[in-house]
Amino acid sequence: MTLIDLANPTKFLSLTGRILPWLAAATAILLVIGFYQAAMAPDDYQQGATVKIMFIHVPNAWLSMFVWGVMSLAALGTLVWRHPLADVAAKAAAPIGAAFTFLALVTGSLWGRPMWGTYWQWDARLTSVLILFLMYLGLIALWRAVDDPSRAARAAAILTLVGALNLPIIKFSVDWWNTLHQPASVLRMGGPTLDRAFLIPLLVMAIGFSLLFVTLHLAAMRNEILRRRVRSLQIMQASQQAA
Amino acid sequence: MRLSGRQIDCVRGGREVFSGLDFAAASGQALAVVGPNGSGKTSLLRLIAGLLAPAGGSVVLEGGADELTLPEQAHYLGHRDALKPALSILENLIFWRDFLGGDAGDLRDSLARVGLSHATHLPAAYLSAGQRRRLSIGRLLAVRRPVWLLDEPTSALDAAGQDLFAALMRDHLSGGGIIIAATHAPLGIEAMELRMGGKA
Amino acid sequence: MTALAALIRRDIKIALRVGGGALVGVLFFLTVTVLMPFALGPDLALLTRLGPAILWLGALLASLLTLDRLFTADHEDGSLDLIVMGRTPLELACAAKALAHWLAAGLPLIIATPALGLMLNLDTTATSAVALTLLVGTPALTFIGMIGAALAVTLHRGGLLLAVLVLPLSIPVLIFGVAASQAAISGPLAFGTPFSILCAISLVSFVIGPFAAAASLRHGLD
Repeated sequence: MTLIDLANPTKFLSLTGRILPWLAAATAILLVIGFYQAAMAPDDYQQGATVKIMFIHVPNAWLSMFVWGVMSLAALGTLVWRHPLADVAAKAAAPIGAAFTFLALVTGSLWGRPMWGTYWQWDARLTSVLILFLMYLGLIALWRAVDDPSRAARAAAILTLVGALNLPIIKFSVDWWNTLHQPASVLRMGGPTLDRAFLIPLLVMAIGFSLLFVTLHLAAMRNEILRRRVRSLQIMQASQQAA
Repeated sequence: MRLSGRQIDCVRGGREVFSGLDFAAASGQALAVVGPNGSGKTSLLRLIAGLLAPAGGSVVLEGGADELTLPEQAHYLGHRDALKPALSILENLIFWRDFLGGDAGDLRDSLARVGLSHATHLPAAYLSAGQRRRLSIGRLLAVRRPVWLLDEPTSALDAAGQDLFAALMRDHLSGGGIIIAATHAPLGIEAMELRMGGKA
Repeated sequence: MTALAALIRRDIKIALRVGGGALVGVLFFLTVTVLMPFALGPDLALLTRLGPAILWLGALLASLLTLDRLFTADHEDGSLDLIVMGRTPLELACAAKALAHWLAAGLPLIIATPALGLMLNLDTTATSAVALTLLVGTPALTFIGMIGAALAVTLHRGGLLLAVLVLPLSIPVLIFGVAASQAAISGPLAFGTPFSILCAISLVSFVIGPFAAAASLRHGLD
């Protein structure tokens, strides 16, 4: 099986049809184990039980960036290699990425609540994630603005790549802006100093959520392919009636 | 010089417009592209002009300037006039001469040949549809390019204008040019015919 | 070179003549700035403190909102087809169009800044700091916004969608533009640090903007 085989939508459909149940099962098992371990993990001596939000927040935050990376690869596929599944992959990934980003925002805000006393602080990390969320929404709006999928795909691909180039600049700017206005950040997450008791559940959750993304993404790509087939059938029907 | 296309497929918005199309025109020849609405006449011209990418096949110009691409040696006269109403008639033409570059003709002479020499300082906004068409035809004279791609060139022109344009096309052909024109009406010159929309 | 000069000359002429939108941008800038005291109250001390931020926000919105028609006008009358077919590389043609737009619509904003600074009770240092940062920052806004303007051709629509797509990308320019102005006025940071980062961002946008816009135009015609 090579990438060329996958380029054929029909082969893609039959192959993913066989893989998807296994993927879904693996995702479910990993997430169940992850949630169990997270629940069993000890409380933090400072943060108490709220530290457990981390087990959901960190994987979501990681995926929010990872999905943009996936879309950037797909964008290159659209513009450079003209791979027939690339724009399907890009389009299917955008709402899923937006959902993960939204979850990262909500969990981050809930995590911050006991420490800050408010649900929202203009904290550097949260602010960057918020901007990323806005960019996802803009991208989805762009996909929805054009009826012809191949036109929309090229516009979205360019915006995705421009976004990918700009994200590091935005991240740097927001960090700089934040240290200027508010030197001490309360939230500290991730990092190698994490205790093993936290690290292992966190890894399990991260892998579980990543698998969840792959599962959802493949399923969404299948839907998109079928949706396009319906569209071209409808176009054929319209031109037959006109003739 | 010879302009030819081989086995061209054109897909737009997920719909196949035409496929497996062949055509050829040599120096001094005109090709009239005819066919019903939606048969892909405009698409073919835009494809030759490099404004649309073909889904398959290729268009080549043999015997042209080596360092230039086909679109850089072609004039495209589309449905839209590419005129700015805020600029004067002469300014519009000066801009296209300077921007398109290459072998430039005399502007006042070009305007005289399309019958617009009486009011070159007036804004293009004051022109009628037929006069706008004449002015964009003046662009073809202001910069010399061997290939003319014309989309319904005579649509807005009156009888006198059509005669005048036919004479200009004959001049271009006798100078070794190539004309590909999509048209419903007769061009008024000797032309081969390429019929589109064969399939039901 | 003649081709680029011709393009710049043409675009500036059109922008300044009847029907051109260049001066509407300045008017918008003026109106937004005048609106602020009505929202914040006529407290001169407060306005002085917020002055650079107000001016920067006004300039940001004014320069992005006037970009809407940068390519769509040429697309609608067919000029864009001929520009794409021309012998000038499309990236350079895009850069020339953006430069012309900045000269006609961006530069007037900077010229209007001292007058608006006066109304917000900014002193000479503050006004010149804001004007200087705008001089460096507004070209970046134009070149970033140009990407959105080119996408508007592909999408057959502009306006709000364009603003939604482009505004997040212009956050870095806003951050360092305002920070440099504030640094010049009240410190404690040296003016040079944020200002040089602002210059760097502008230079990056001069590269990204034309390439992304040209790619978008090439793929977006039909």
